[in-house]
Amino acid sequence: MEVIMIILSGILISASVYLMLSRSLLRIIIGTSVLTHAVNLLLLTMGGLKQGAIPIYDEHLKRYVDPIPQALILTAIVISFAVTAFFLVLAFRSYKELGTDNMSMMKGVPDDE
Amino acid sequence: MSLLHTAVSLPFIGAMLIPAIYYYNKRIHPGYFALIIPIAAAILFILAQLNNQINQTLNWMPHIGLNLNFRMDGISLLFCMLITIIGALVIFYSIHYLNKREQLGHFYTYLLLFMGAMLGVVLSDNVLALYLFWELTSISSFLLIAFWNHKQKSLEGALKSMLITVLGGLMLLGGLLTLVTITNTFSLHEMVSKSDVIIQSPLFTTAMVFILLAAFTKSAQFPFHIWLPDAMEAPTPVSAYLHSATMVKAGVYLIARFTPIFALSASWIYIVTFVGALTLFWASFNAVKQQDLKGVLAYSTVSQLGLMMTLLGIGGLGVYHDHQPLFYAAVAACTFHIFNHASFKGALFMIVGIIDHETGTRDLRKLSGLIQLMPVTFTAAIISALSMAGVPPFNGFLSKEMFLSSMFDISESNIFNGPSVVLLLALVIIGSLFTFIYSVKFIKDVFFGHSPAVDKQVHEAPLFLLLSPLVMVAVVVITGLFPNILTGLIESASYAVLNKDIGHLHISHWHGINPALITTLLIFAIGTALVFAYKYWHSVYLLQRPNWTFNYVYQKGLTAVESISYHINNTIIASGIRKHLIIIFTALIVMTAVFLAQSPLNFGDWQLSEVRLFELILVVLILIATYMIIVAQSRIFSIIMLSAIGYSVGLFFVFFNAPDLALTQLTIETISTALFLMCFYHLPKLSRYEETIKFRLTNAVISVGVGLVVTIIALIAYGHRFSPSIAEYYIKNVYELAAGKNMVNVILVDFRGFDTLFESTVLGIAGIGIYTLIKLRDKKEVEHEQTEK
Repeated sequence: MEVIMIILSGILISASVYLMLSRSLLRIIIGTSVLTHAVNLLLLTMGGLKQGAIPIYDEHLKRYVDPIPQALILTAIVISFAVTAFFLVLAFRSYKELGTDNMSMMKGVPDDE
Repeated sequence: MSLLHTAVSLPFIGAMLIPAIYYYNKRIHPGYFALIIPIAAAILFILAQLNNQINQTLNWMPHIGLNLNFRMDGISLLFCMLITIIGALVIFYSIHYLNKREQLGHFYTYLLLFMGAMLGVVLSDNVLALYLFWELTSISSFLLIAFWNHKQKSLEGALKSMLITVLGGLMLLGGLLTLVTITNTFSLHEMVSKSDVIIQSPLFTTAMVFILLAAFTKSAQFPFHIWLPDAMEAPTPVSAYLHSATMVKAGVYLIARFTPIFALSASWIYIVTFVGALTLFWASFNAVKQQDLKGVLAYSTVSQLGLMMTLLGIGGLGVYHDHQPLFYAAVAACTFHIFNHASFKGALFMIVGIIDHETGTRDLRKLSGLIQLMPVTFTAAIISALSMAGVPPFNGFLSKEMFLSSMFDISESNIFNGPSVVLLLALVIIGSLFTFIYSVKFIKDVFFGHSPAVDKQVHEAPLFLLLSPLVMVAVVVITGLFPNILTGLIESASYAVLNKDIGHLHISHWHGINPALITTLLIFAIGTALVFAYKYWHSVYLLQRPNWTFNYVYQKGLTAVESISYHINNTIIASGIRKHLIIIFTALIVMTAVFLAQSPLNFGDWQLSEVRLFELILVVLILIATYMIIVAQSRIFSIIMLSAIGYSVGLFFVFFNAPDLALTQLTIETISTALFLMCFYHLPKLSRYEETIKFRLTNAVISVGVGLVVTIIALIAYGHRFSPSIAEYYIKNVYELAAGKNMVNVILVDFRGFDTLFESTVLGIAGIGIYTLIKLRDKKEVEHEQTEK
């Protein structure tokens, strides 16, 4: 299962890089979201999958799933949500101001001399 | 504070005080205050020499080895005297030369700063302090050259000298640090005592090249001589002081200082001698064609510096061969010539300044026949110019004679043989011939002939302006007639250079008939003939193409550097976000690929869990959704597909025993989708802007590459988990220590609470950011929106 998950994460990362290299702002944001999912899955996978019970303490259980990656991912999810929300509003505002969502148009003044 | 430290700090204190004095007191010329300083410093140096306080230490930053340890041996004393006495004369001259309306406070501040720095250079025994003062001379020289900063040419000349000399300064730092690495000491004279360690070190050549480059750039040796003629845009007192007597000799001083160390190698002797001879020839050849008086003097200075370098190279033979007193004379000649050159060149610069002052031009084509109008100036000029040409009985003749006889002596050494001796002699003799030509031509063109074609009413300069050059000329005459009053100074200076006793020196005018004398007479005869036949052979200078000069190379190099930087800026830095991402991702792929190629792929042993059907279904779902996002043509579709991925990931969390994650993921995914949909209304139609095939191909190649390297790294990493997880501790203690059963939650708020604190902070900051983004706008825009409603 882990190999499949790692390859899936790789494919997701590929897709997110492809999206991030596009010129449309919305697609770039979607790309960053996909990247978040890929990284979270990768984190979870690297800790090993299904090696025990749900990490809720019980006196009779000996083996649990590793709780540390889960704690890390929980933090990562929240942070990436905050960033995505900010990014989206930024995109919305910049479209309002600049009238375009084409990244190749969003350059400074070519010669500010 | 010892005597030496007081003397060196005086100019710096003066540089700080003069602007204030000048600001509050406009009636007394600030130059008079500045004049006190070099005189006081000179007295202090003499006192230090008499009281034998010539070795004084002052710790400044001992932990990095930067201490102000001053050591005054013969050559330092010679330079200190030159710097202070000529400094005093130059300041006195500039009081009467510069206009009252100039920024005098600035001028004297820079000048004193330079004086202090130069004293520091020649006195420092500590190499780091030497470097510090060395760079200070570069900076103050830059400020002085650009003193008339409203003139474009001054700025260009200052920039040029700055670039070249600071390049050399950095080389000096490299060389000195290399030497420190070899010898483990920061003191110059301790380095000299460890010269046998240095010569055996593998870093010897490195240090030598660095030191040579530093000296050649500072002393305007071929091919770095191009900055000196352009530095003539400075006010004339500055040219007289910096570019004739003191700063340009710092390189000569450096070579002299390191002679006992490096002259043990033949390559050092070769390089110094030949570069000096080449400079001597090339600059004197070019000095003849200059149309500007200061241009002539600048090239003349370069060629005389070349002469000193050659002498130091030959003097190095005295270190190379033990017990060969024959070559010690070259070092004596060099120190003698340092003194002589400072005297006549300083005088000549000041005379040119006077001519410029009285006629309003420095152009040789306009000036002529000043002999009746300015007799005193003429007398001073002809004495110093003939000294420069090497005509008896002036002091230039003596050092020139010693120089030529040293040149004829080198055939005694086994380093120089056959062709190299011939080449060296040819360069030197032809160089001396041209030296004679430009000196005589200078006098002939300026002072003889019909009356000058200038607008001003020309008359003799005021006495005070003439005083400084006259003092210098007096020195030229006196040391020419009675050279032996200087022998004590020259002997101690030569001892300092060679680290060997040169015995008793006696300078005399008449050596009998020898090759040097015959050469001199030939030079006089041929030179005089060539001066009067100048109009028949000056076309030889037309052979020089303007794009074969080093100036042209320098300009081309400068513009090339600028255009390359501009090009890089335009193509890479100002190219938009996508190019940057491509660079970053490509770097990631390349570095990882190189790293992976170092060793064969070894995936280790995977401890795999079993695969269940609905997990596979989820995988397929995610893949389909991903594909759909990439090919989507509409916004709503790609947003829905994104949330499909998000919910699938949430489901994975469920399957992989992570209930908290699943909960959070589902919640967040819902909110994100809602956000997307909210913005969706305001965002434009999804245009993909991917018109060309090339664009898509680039993206595809890079994204596949990134995915591949990440996958491979992850696979390898998964197979090589060497240490057990630290989760055992949490699992054991989650209930006993933290009184919670949900391990993830306990880790988040108890074991690793800080993460959570700052994660909440991030959320808060994002909220505030979003609020400000939406609320704060231009007033115009808000009004515009309100009018629309």
